[in-house]
Amino acid sequence: MTDATLHIDVWRGTDTGEFQGFAIPRREHQTVLDVVTEIQREHDATLSYRFACRVGMCGSCAMVVNGRPRWTCRTRVRDVIDDGGRLRLEPLRNFTVVKDLAVEMTQFFDKWKDAQGYFEPGPQPQANFAVVPPATPERQAADAGIECIGCGVCYSACDVVAWDKDYLGPAALNRAWTLINDVRDESHTRLDAVSASNGCQACHTHMSCTEFCPKAIAPTYSIAGLKRAVLRRSLRGVL
Amino acid sequence: MTAVLFLAQRATAFVLALAVATHLGTILYAVRGGLTAADILARTHGNVAFALFYALFVIAVAIHAPIGLRNVLREWAQWRGRSLDFTLALFSILLFVLGLRAIFAVYTA
Repeated sequence: MTDATLHIDVWRGTDTGEFQGFAIPRREHQTVLDVVTEIQREHDATLSYRFACRVGMCGSCAMVVNGRPRWTCRTRVRDVIDDGGRLRLEPLRNFTVVKDLAVEMTQFFDKWKDAQGYFEPGPQPQANFAVVPPATPERQAADAGIECIGCGVCYSACDVVAWDKDYLGPAALNRAWTLINDVRDESHTRLDAVSASNGCQACHTHMSCTEFCPKAIAPTYSIAGLKRAVLRRSLRGVL
Repeated sequence: MTAVLFLAQRATAFVLALAVATHLGTILYAVRGGLTAADILARTHGNVAFALFYALFVIAVAIHAPIGLRNVLREWAQWRGRSLDFTLALFSILLFVLGLRAIFAVYTA
């Protein structure tokens, strides 16, 4: 394994730029993040990328690897290398590129706020711990989406975001859905926030977010849940 | 607004699923025996059930199609705002008027 050479094409630049080729030794159990780090430390110190935890918790290191958005710290080279033995690394799609493989995440997290993706305890937070039985449908719905690490892979994979820059995106809507199912949350306006023209109804159910989420979350189902909740509320208003 | 349009589009889709199937089924059934246009018009003339069915069909189309077209134009042409809503409201009225005119013509033929 150590005799083999890995050829990598890395995006250099911002929205405009070009791919630069590198060659580094292949190693057993090598991750894509290992590859990027080796390039930066051994070949070109000006290469920009982002990482922190290296163990799949922080959501910092996502990139497009051979055309698919992935968390690079938990992606082994041997699982994603193409038939020609090459890796092609690009910044996440649907984000503004800061430089090389690092993208601007501000808009992504601003949309979490727009979707009211934050806990709203109400004017008088409960004095005691809330008892939330694990078997309740609300708790199970919240649990299904709660492990999001905010990596941006779903946002990069989403075609609707590519078409409509205002669309809130899978991660923000998934977070809103977990909060709607949080029995302690007292927001009365979250359904309005997620059903504006840039909200859940714009989802085409392509399921790219669900396909690529590294945490195996299904934002598509969360968004479908939001659509149902908004629909129920609309029907109550009509009937 | 978006939620109401979403609800209206889904509700009319349900109506259209039944109406289009009935419409196509009736056409296939009617032409099997070699009916002429005159034969068909003779059956639709003064037929209240026919007129009501197609009135429902036209109303559903006039609601459903502009909402779908609005979504397409928003996404693919980046057209937003009141001009888009106004244009599609006109399109909805056009579909409604043309549809009712056709029903009236066949009903009174």
